[in-house]
Amino acid sequence: MTALLEVQDLTVSIPSRFGEFTAVDQLSLNVLAGEIHGVVGESGAGKSTVGSAIIGLLESPAHISAGSIRLQGDELTALGDEDYHRLRGNRISMIFQDPQTSLNPLLTIADQLVETIQQHRRIGDREARQLAMELLAETGIENAEQRLDDYPHQFSGGMRQRVVIALALCTNPELIIADEPTTALDVSVQKQILGLIRNLAEQRKVGFLLITHDIGVIAEITDRVTVLQHGKVVETGPTAAVLGTPQETYTRALMAAVPRLDTRLERFRNIVTEDKRIDGESRWAVDGASAAYASNWLLGGDKVARHHTAAVGRSTERPDNALLRVDNLDVSFGAHNRWFSKKSGFKALSDVSLHLHRGEVLGIVGESGSGKSTLAKVVVGLVSSSDGTMQFNGATLPDGRHRPRSHLARRQIQMVFQDPYSSLNNRRTVEAILTEPLLFYKLAAKGPDTRKLVASVLELVEMPQRAMLKYPHQFSGGQRQRIAVARALMARPDFLICDEPTSALDVSIQAQILNLLKDLQSNFGLTILFISHNLAVVRQMADRVVVLRRGEVVESARSEDFFNAPQADYSQQLLRETPSLDLLGSPG
Amino acid sequence: MIARMRRYAIENELLYLFLHNRIAQLAALIAIIMIGGAVLAGFVAPTDPNDLASYDLLDSLLPPSWSEGGDARFFIGTDDQGRDLLSAILYGTRLSLTVGLLSISFACILGVSVGLTAGYLGGRFDAFVMRIADVQLSLPAILTALLIDGIARGILPQQSHDDLMIVVLTVAIGLSLWVNFARTARASTFVEKNKEYVQATEIMGMHPVRIMLVQILPNILGPIMVILTVDLAVAILLEATLSFLGVGVPPNQPSLGTLIRIGTEYLFSGEWWIVAFPSLTLIVLIVSVNVLGDFLRDALNPKLR
Repeated sequence: MTALLEVQDLTVSIPSRFGEFTAVDQLSLNVLAGEIHGVVGESGAGKSTVGSAIIGLLESPAHISAGSIRLQGDELTALGDEDYHRLRGNRISMIFQDPQTSLNPLLTIADQLVETIQQHRRIGDREARQLAMELLAETGIENAEQRLDDYPHQFSGGMRQRVVIALALCTNPELIIADEPTTALDVSVQKQILGLIRNLAEQRKVGFLLITHDIGVIAEITDRVTVLQHGKVVETGPTAAVLGTPQETYTRALMAAVPRLDTRLERFRNIVTEDKRIDGESRWAVDGASAAYASNWLLGGDKVARHHTAAVGRSTERPDNALLRVDNLDVSFGAHNRWFSKKSGFKALSDVSLHLHRGEVLGIVGESGSGKSTLAKVVVGLVSSSDGTMQFNGATLPDGRHRPRSHLARRQIQMVFQDPYSSLNNRRTVEAILTEPLLFYKLAAKGPDTRKLVASVLELVEMPQRAMLKYPHQFSGGQRQRIAVARALMARPDFLICDEPTSALDVSIQAQILNLLKDLQSNFGLTILFISHNLAVVRQMADRVVVLRRGEVVESARSEDFFNAPQADYSQQLLRETPSLDLLGSPG
Repeated sequence: MIARMRRYAIENELLYLFLHNRIAQLAALIAIIMIGGAVLAGFVAPTDPNDLASYDLLDSLLPPSWSEGGDARFFIGTDDQGRDLLSAILYGTRLSLTVGLLSISFACILGVSVGLTAGYLGGRFDAFVMRIADVQLSLPAILTALLIDGIARGILPQQSHDDLMIVVLTVAIGLSLWVNFARTARASTFVEKNKEYVQATEIMGMHPVRIMLVQILPNILGPIMVILTVDLAVAILLEATLSFLGVGVPPNQPSLGTLIRIGTEYLFSGEWWIVAFPSLTLIVLIVSVNVLGDFLRDALNPKLR
């Protein structure tokens, strides 16, 4: 059987002011009809560029500088704009990542489908409408007939992605390129969409090129996989073989870095060989600064005993003597009670009770909209609660509006945010960012001492001391997240809230950050509230787990118990729907 | 050293774009020459038009030196009082630029502080201030400036008004232009204040004023810079317009506006140069500042590229 799509030695170059950059380097891959071919790699590996090159949508100045792309024997690289335009949609379709933006919000679903169908086929309005309805039904939308005249905003995220898939199918293409089709979706919806893609491939004999960074997705549905690194193919072959018995070091390391749902690892293997010198310049250091100095500073001074690392042996299920205790917390947005109107608003959290002991890591799990982040914001005082109480360190913790600026908890509770690109002020040097908490909480006087501390804490989070002279935008996402962790440490906190600290990062970087957090936790007995939608990550970090759904606590249990035998139906469903990594074999 | 400079020229985005934009370079060159000429007017101008002894009524209305009846002493001719037009333009540009820069600084400081506060605090203060801005925006800038200038004339005695002319003009023009700054600053602040780095300082319990000045302000300077350059042209124009209408600079002091006003009286009697050269100066100045402003806007806003 000949391949549907044959890509040979494809090279894509992007001329830039720093010289020519090769985004994709001599890539070859084949996709058969009815096959799902996965392309996996970390950010910057050139996955999306491959997709754009095949569909002829490379953005100038990127161009194909060598190689050939053949669709059923027809050479695509030689096509002119006009011919390519006719081919797109007709023979190759594309599904994008974000269903929010890939549909026109001002047109009904019917308009968009009918327009696309008639663009490629000369048929009447009624026929086209009929076809559109059938397609919607095929992609699993119930009441397709009535829903045809709805606007995109009337569909949920998963439903919208189904519409996008219907849109891609409506010209009966031979090949569909799906660029991160499920990244913006919750796990339960992701499972359904992946199932749909599988069915379509089998029934319609469409070839799929599935581009993703998520190894779970690859393991779940692809037949064959190509692993990319820096634009080059590292390994390619049947998915089971590549993921099960990886031959190349990079693939093996990548597999090892993926958090597993079935076991808890003490540490991840570090797969990134980073050049500690940021830019070829000689080693620059502050006198006497070292990680040990930072450790001493973090441990000393504070009279409260910090060696509560043994949270494991103790029973922590009961809220007595907890460091943080939250009782019957209610938060609602948009509620107001004025002269003329009374509105109850949207309830983000209702009747949430939880507690954390010193030295414990509590994982908060839930899908988007479950109120995880709101919970974090209430604790740090960014959002006010409408009912319920909080206690910290034995004393009542006033909520947002009523917490004085000088409240002690403002230092003791620190937060690490999700997006390392917006959580650091780009206009200030790393030194200024890290010195700020020191001076603000009066932990050190301005002078050589603060410099030494900043350099030491940077060393502690495994960053070169030189980093303090630079600006945040000069660092990668993972390095920025380290700086964010360092900033939280500068306050000498007792309690760290991590709100999805790794979801914006690649798996290998995620592994590093998780290692760092684990080390900090065990060395300094930090108490951590770890929020994530990724169950596997929570499994690696948490001692206990709390599951949130629509603002309510569904389950609260010891981590081991939760992952081995979840009690609530919702928890079971969540665990079932997380892509399984069975193919990967035992962790090494 | 040279290698280092070359590397910097590649890495610094603004500089790189500037070095690859001929039109912006040309505009910058012209603007620098004109500003230089205005600043150094005392040294480069052949005569001092403010000095009554330096000109003679007998020399009045002489055409440019290259045309028939021209005088080599007066390169582009003289005005109705016999002043050297070139010197008058150099001094006039200096005055126009001074008033323009002062008033735009005033508008910028006022507008940014109002916009930043409104954007950060939101709520009632925001609603109140921005409604004032909306009302002001519905009046043409020139009308606002005329109004303020008129009030100042009414309050201040004639003598001190002439002395305080620059201050009055600055306030009048500044108050008619602050709205742009306020709106831009407010919109950018809205975006920045929801970013996590601001939240991080709020969690710390930092004082709002410090958050605004230390954290947010440096991050919204980009769009402000753009408005600053674009509105500088507007401020210079406003000054010229006010002077042209006779409510700006006193007529005995040359500014581009007063020169054009004098010129229009002689336009139909054939003395074209009195109106043509100051107008040309004004046009070239405004265009080059505007081109620079557009360049900055494109360079600082990647979405437009």
